[in-house]
Amino acid sequence: MFIIKCPYCGERDHSEFSYGGEAHINRPKKPTELTDDQWAEYLFMRKNIKGIHYERWNHSHGCRRWFNMARDTSNDKIHSVYKIGEKPPV
Amino acid sequence: MSNNFRLESGEGINQTEKISFKFNGKTLFGYKGDSLASALLANGIHLIGRSFKYHRPRGILSSGSEEPNALVQIIKDKDKAKTDPNVRATQIEIYEGLEAQSQNCWPNVKFDIGEINSIFSSILPAGFYYKTFMWPSKLWRKYEYFIRKSAGLGKSPTEKDPDKYDHKYYHCDVLIVGGGPAGITAALMAAKSGNKILLVDEKPEFGENLLSSSKENIKINDLSPAEWIKVKRKELLNFKNIKTLNRTTVSAYHNYNYLIMMQNLTDHLSENEKKGKIRQRLWKVRAKKVILATGSIERPLVFDGNDRPGIMLSSAVKKYLNFYGVKCGNKIVIFTNNDSAYETAIELHNKNSKVQAIVDIREESSGDLPKKCNELGLKIYWKHTIVSSSGHTKVKNVSVMKLSKDNSVVIGKKINIKCDSVAMSGGWTPAVHLFTQSGGKLDFNNQNFCFYPKKTTQKQISIGSCNGTFKLADIINESNQKTSEFINQNVENKNKISEPKEGDLENIWLLPSNKALGKTKSFIDFQNDVTAKDIKLALREGYKSIEHVKRYTTTGMATDQGKIANMHALGIVAETTNTKMGDLGTTTFRPPYTPLTFGAIVGRNVNQFFDITRRTPIHSWHKKNNAKFEDVGQWKRAWYYPIDNESMFDAVQRESKAARTKAGILDASTLGKIDIQGSDTSEFLNRVYTNAWNKLAIGKCRYGLMLNDDGMVYDDGVTTRLNENHYIMTTTTGGAATVMSKLEDFLQTEWPELKVYLTSVTDHFATVSVCGPHSKKILEKVTENIDYSDQNFPHMSFKEGSINKIKCRVMRISFTGELSYEINIQANYGQSVWEKCMNAGKEYGITPYGTEAMHLLRAEKGFIIAGQETDGTVTPIDLQMDWIVSKKKYDFIGKRSLYRSDTAREDRKHYVGLLTKDPNEILEEGAQIVAEVKNRPPMDMIGHITSSYYSPNLNKSIALAVVKNGKKLKGKKLFVPMANKTIEVTVSDPVFLDKEGTRLNA
Ligand SMILES: [Zn+2]
Repeated sequence: MFIIKCPYCGERDHSEFSYGGEAHINRPKKPTELTDDQWAEYLFMRKNIKGIHYERWNHSHGCRRWFNMARDTSNDKIHSVYKIGEKPPV
Repeated sequence: MSNNFRLESGEGINQTEKISFKFNGKTLFGYKGDSLASALLANGIHLIGRSFKYHRPRGILSSGSEEPNALVQIIKDKDKAKTDPNVRATQIEIYEGLEAQSQNCWPNVKFDIGEINSIFSSILPAGFYYKTFMWPSKLWRKYEYFIRKSAGLGKSPTEKDPDKYDHKYYHCDVLIVGGGPAGITAALMAAKSGNKILLVDEKPEFGENLLSSSKENIKINDLSPAEWIKVKRKELLNFKNIKTLNRTTVSAYHNYNYLIMMQNLTDHLSENEKKGKIRQRLWKVRAKKVILATGSIERPLVFDGNDRPGIMLSSAVKKYLNFYGVKCGNKIVIFTNNDSAYETAIELHNKNSKVQAIVDIREESSGDLPKKCNELGLKIYWKHTIVSSSGHTKVKNVSVMKLSKDNSVVIGKKINIKCDSVAMSGGWTPAVHLFTQSGGKLDFNNQNFCFYPKKTTQKQISIGSCNGTFKLADIINESNQKTSEFINQNVENKNKISEPKEGDLENIWLLPSNKALGKTKSFIDFQNDVTAKDIKLALREGYKSIEHVKRYTTTGMATDQGKIANMHALGIVAETTNTKMGDLGTTTFRPPYTPLTFGAIVGRNVNQFFDITRRTPIHSWHKKNNAKFEDVGQWKRAWYYPIDNESMFDAVQRESKAARTKAGILDASTLGKIDIQGSDTSEFLNRVYTNAWNKLAIGKCRYGLMLNDDGMVYDDGVTTRLNENHYIMTTTTGGAATVMSKLEDFLQTEWPELKVYLTSVTDHFATVSVCGPHSKKILEKVTENIDYSDQNFPHMSFKEGSINKIKCRVMRISFTGELSYEINIQANYGQSVWEKCMNAGKEYGITPYGTEAMHLLRAEKGFIIAGQETDGTVTPIDLQMDWIVSKKKYDFIGKRSLYRSDTAREDRKHYVGLLTKDPNEILEEGAQIVAEVKNRPPMDMIGHITSSYYSPNLNKSIALAVVKNGKKLKGKKLFVPMANKTIEVTVSDPVFLDKEGTRLNA
């Protein structure tokens, strides 16, 4: 039950948001040039880490905008929230 | 029965207000302020129920929410259909007309058949269920019957809960949990800072143990503890920024200081006073800061027969005595490992309960109170332990022996002491449940033998005995200091407290006995009937992790979640395995702290408020015309319209026939509609649909399939180009929200460079679909300014017109394979347009048809329904829809996956039609298909039936299916084995009717 700071609306309750999986997985620009393995890497492989996880969130019951978030999966502490296209914080 | 055990006065009861109640059918009385437990004890009743596994007689152990034994069934109506099981007698307050019953006993609590389990207890050891019922598996069904009968506590209600429940959201600066000395001190300090404070406590009044503390031995500023608390309670009232809640238990402590609490509003009121009121309120609190002052729980001592009614916690005996004015017995034995029980001894002695003896496992104590007991002439057995107890439904006698120097065995002669009650104290366990739920880490204190909060992860502090601080002066001081720092407000602690000096505690987790361990019943978890023997057995059998020991023995897994049991289980595991308590860790404390009612969890979200119901603008017409409705997601869709007593089958056959021979009308308003605008829309559609969109002319419609990037179909629909940069997309009814959010996701995250803007307009338009040979004539009568000639308005095109001067969009598209038009109009005109169509179509025999006929009609044409023919594992190639997959486009969502090795496989399941050998035999949807029939299962299943109907237009049964390698099986015989017969089918093309599409231009 987090409080998430939407980069467009500010702090809101967790229940207004929906989770969108790991962030920074860009859809390949030239899929036809990829092998099955390379394509599968994009399609299926996701990290499952204990620690800082970069992930996508959507303010689905608010402004409906997508943004990224760096969250520590071990204690759910949110380290930063940043817009799509912005570089992830180190 | 009369209140034989009642004293002249008690701090918490009002003896001028007599209250009558029933226990096991007998009418008794107590006073305003009594708990059910105190009122029963006042009547001399100790035997409350039977234990879970051995059905041993059980009494009242404690005086609060930690109670494991005294669970009762509260009866709420004469038929006993409305009832609350597992209510702690120690927590419920009596009210006029309260009716309670013992649980887990048959035929009655004094004589219980299940007690036979106790005799056979040697064959009911830890892991008994796992061991016995795993093998032979055939006998499971027999065992299950008995287990179900004997498992579980209490009875579930059989009728709907008559009460109302509420939810409430609340925000505050500081939430203080627990209204004992620490919590009250913190609340008053925090209030002075002007913060918005919420103070909650599970009891009816603030004050906790201070309300039953000794009047002479402890003084705060020359006041007795109870007097001091009353002064403080008045002070609280002076602050407008403090909100206080009693009878409110924090159930769960989540991240970011989000806490769930349940407030009991009417459980303590008489039936009359309850009327029209909300029973319980669930609070969802977000606090900037949280102060935990949840107190501590007294531990029992673990000796043979420590579960007999009459054997109670020492602090509880004192609370019943001083707070409720009830004697737990006339001849009491005190059994302890610390000084706190001596206060109980003195209070009992002062109020004329005879203290038979004090048994103390310690060599000596340097404290003031033991000295005082000595002076009062009370007999103290130092370095002794109780080795056993006797008495069937109430303790009668305890045997006491001397402990050896190293406490490992008992020595000397057995001393028998007659008694009618035992007050025991095994030290105190900080209530760290909420702290650990919040993510906090614990540490072990070797002096007090308890876990206490070490590191918090939230904006939170723990103060008082939940923090491992037990002396009153220390508690108030700590509360003062830590709260000062926490809220940045320095307030001097001016309280002067005098209290007796205490000697050190000494701890033995499992007390030695003169009997072999196997012959003893030293209970650890009273509610789940787990003994020390069981824990040792689990360790012998190789369970080492405390989490495994817990599950194997079920210790700490009852409704009290081990509030009483956990420490001893840990202690015995640590001792036996030679591990330090701190290294062993603890089991996880999970919410809720005390059980919640389902009613409180659900709140007002019941019946029609359980979920949103979406109705189309034409709903009331359907209802008036006898439609049966089908739930599609949240929508209510007209399913079919039976005339008189027509069966569903007959109605659907009639509707389907009319749609092809005359005219049919369907409410398609639920279809998802997305308005798409922007100069890059055609490029966008190119990327999300499998087919090409850049050449779609203005005024034209096109069908499209959407895939996920894994190549599997997930939605379909028709998109119309209204204008240069303006399109309207339709989706399936169920897929509307998902499609919208996926498209939005692509635009925001993958292709932010595209100028495309999406708006969901599903509810903005009503959609009336008219089909059949007469549809054109009907539309011509209904709409204005539209030329319906095939030349001007061909199939898959769109025209704008009006109806009574109201703008409308008409698409000539078809899901039935008939000539068909869809009118889209502003939603609030939906019903009048529908009625207009009905009137205009009357002369042509227009027939309303529902979703069932719609499904049948499209099945005749072999059109898929995304979600019925597809299930997330079906590609367009599997559907034999290669024609819609563009070969020219470099990329679209899902394209690359279509030639992954698995997706390109030749022998995938393909979409086919099936015809039964007997044309009147209708297949069952979901039935499995085999190529070869064997005498009995298992057989190799090669597919399943996705849709099946009797076609009134073809006069035979038709079905759609996915079958392995189906494309190559056309004309082959397959079989559908059912429970009592096998149906022979032939694989066919999925398009059963009008393959050439001539009817579209009829
Ligand atoms: Zn937002």
